[in-house]
Amino acid sequence: MSSPTQPSQPPQGAAGPTGRRLNIGGMPTAPMALWLTALAVVAVTVAGSWVTLAAARAALSANEFGGAWVDIAAGLLALASAWIIVPLVRAFRRCGEVRHAGTRKDMVAARVARSEARDQCWIAIGYAVTQLIVVLGFQFLLANNQMVAKTFFFAPLIWKTFPLVLKAFWINVEIFLIAEVLVLVWGLIVALATFAPGAAGKPLRFIATAYIDVFRSMPAVLVIYLVGFGIPLTGVPILKDLSLTTYVVIALTLTVGAYVAEIYRAGILSIHWSQTAAARSLGLSHMQTLRFVIVPQGIRQIIPPLLNAFIALQKDTALVNVVGVIDSFNQSMLIASNYYNLSAVTTVAILFIAISIPQTRFVERMMQRDRARMRAGGA
Amino acid sequence: MAFIEIRDISKSYGELSVIQRMTMSVEEHQVVCLIGPSGSGKSTLLRCINGLESIDSGEILVHGDRITGRGVDVNALRRDIGIVFQGYNLFPHMTVLQNVTLAPIQVLKQSREEAEARAMVLLKRIGLEHKAAEYPDRMSGGQQQRVAIVRALAMDPMVLLLDEITSALDPELVSEVLAIVRDLAHEGMTMLLATHEMGFAREVASKVCFLCDGSVYEEGPPEQIFGAPQRERTRSFVRSIREAKRI
Repeated sequence: MSSPTQPSQPPQGAAGPTGRRLNIGGMPTAPMALWLTALAVVAVTVAGSWVTLAAARAALSANEFGGAWVDIAAGLLALASAWIIVPLVRAFRRCGEVRHAGTRKDMVAARVARSEARDQCWIAIGYAVTQLIVVLGFQFLLANNQMVAKTFFFAPLIWKTFPLVLKAFWINVEIFLIAEVLVLVWGLIVALATFAPGAAGKPLRFIATAYIDVFRSMPAVLVIYLVGFGIPLTGVPILKDLSLTTYVVIALTLTVGAYVAEIYRAGILSIHWSQTAAARSLGLSHMQTLRFVIVPQGIRQIIPPLLNAFIALQKDTALVNVVGVIDSFNQSMLIASNYYNLSAVTTVAILFIAISIPQTRFVERMMQRDRARMRAGGA
Repeated sequence: MAFIEIRDISKSYGELSVIQRMTMSVEEHQVVCLIGPSGSGKSTLLRCINGLESIDSGEILVHGDRITGRGVDVNALRRDIGIVFQGYNLFPHMTVLQNVTLAPIQVLKQSREEAEARAMVLLKRIGLEHKAAEYPDRMSGGQQQRVAIVRALAMDPMVLLLDEITSALDPELVSEVLAIVRDLAHEGMTMLLATHEMGFAREVASKVCFLCDGSVYEEGPPEQIFGAPQRERTRSFVRSIREAKRI
């Protein structure tokens, strides 16, 4: 990198009592090396963007998607991809200012200009690199005569099969809605069992901990398989005649319940013992302390990890295909094998993303409001 | 037989012996201040009295009734023995009013209206009735500690244990907390205070116990302990306090 100082002249003003001077660098120079690097990155990126845009336009017209609007869109995108030249130009102007300030011996102005020049260079590089990654992504899609795009994003197929996939997606939704409620309750029961007090509670604590260990180690798909196929085979009355969806819900509750129990435990343990001391000292019993003081505080702490567990649960519903439930993933695989194209699977991916992101935002907002309420106090 | 009899108790944490064969008695309506260097067992003693810690040997009696050892209903015990901690330990997810009324409702089975009415009377007494709907983290340390005292008082205890309740406070907030303790003393509440506030101890205590090495090294009226200590370690402790201008 360029060095910001020339051999420094003694600054004005008397030296301190020890004869020592503050040394924060002398007259700065223009950051030309950085600017040239930025120039190179921007040039590669803009060139790559335009090449990719041209290839995309050609591909679209070859597939009879041509026409005026494609050309206009391509033109606008070409302009947009050249925007990164703007910070580069700004940086160049600041470099000029550094030199001018140097001739005027205005160190402060020179420092400011150099700092701004470097900032603009880095902005250009940052945006250019990101843009390059996007461009490379599109190159991948266009590879082999757009086979990649066609394999995953074939619009006609997506459009045609969307209703079918959406209908099957309701199975996923149904499963995870029921499982989420059960998991919250079951996880809490198991977690409280790990805190069973005294010598009498020891066997309960042991069995609860063993359950958590076992079901956290087993892959969810395995549990679904074991429960879905195994329970009917056992011939145990009532249990053997449940629907496939019920088995799946049970299996997911057992697996994710173990994770959620650990999350509850972490939340309860995160509450400082002084809270327990204060509550018990007022005469509250063990259960009352947990119920009114510890668990309410613990819950607030664990909402982000709980949300993670729920999103994992929602994704795990796609595993039900191993026992033959026709959920959206299974449906999309059937479509894929019929049409030799995976675009329906892309639809499923989009559906999962579409339901996850609002949940994350909703929980974030809820947490913010809760924090604000506790801060504001209500007065 | 005194109101509270502490007989020959010992308590250690593993290798560390915190209380060694301590014997002390507290009369009803008496205010006893516990002073001494850190590690002398002041906080531990208080926690042993309300059952937060268990003693290794000896016994503690209240009105002749043994309150340590097996079979004692500690939840019932804690209704009559209140404690206030150095760190206030208010429940941060509840408002002041909820903090004060939680135990009266859940333990004493008072109705919500009754508990809230009594809580407001107590809050009014300390001048914090306008903060009833606030959350603890919006209040100063002194205000939080006063709420903690009121929370303990709402259970109408016979004895109040105060564990260095002003040690975590800024100096200008100490006096408002001590004012409540002074009032309680005048009203005849039996109190055990572990404190570093020597001036306050001198003013309010009927008896001062100097704890050293896990037992009561010297005890007596404040004039004796602070004015004319009989034993050597007491003398050097009081001297060091005086030099630190805390008295």
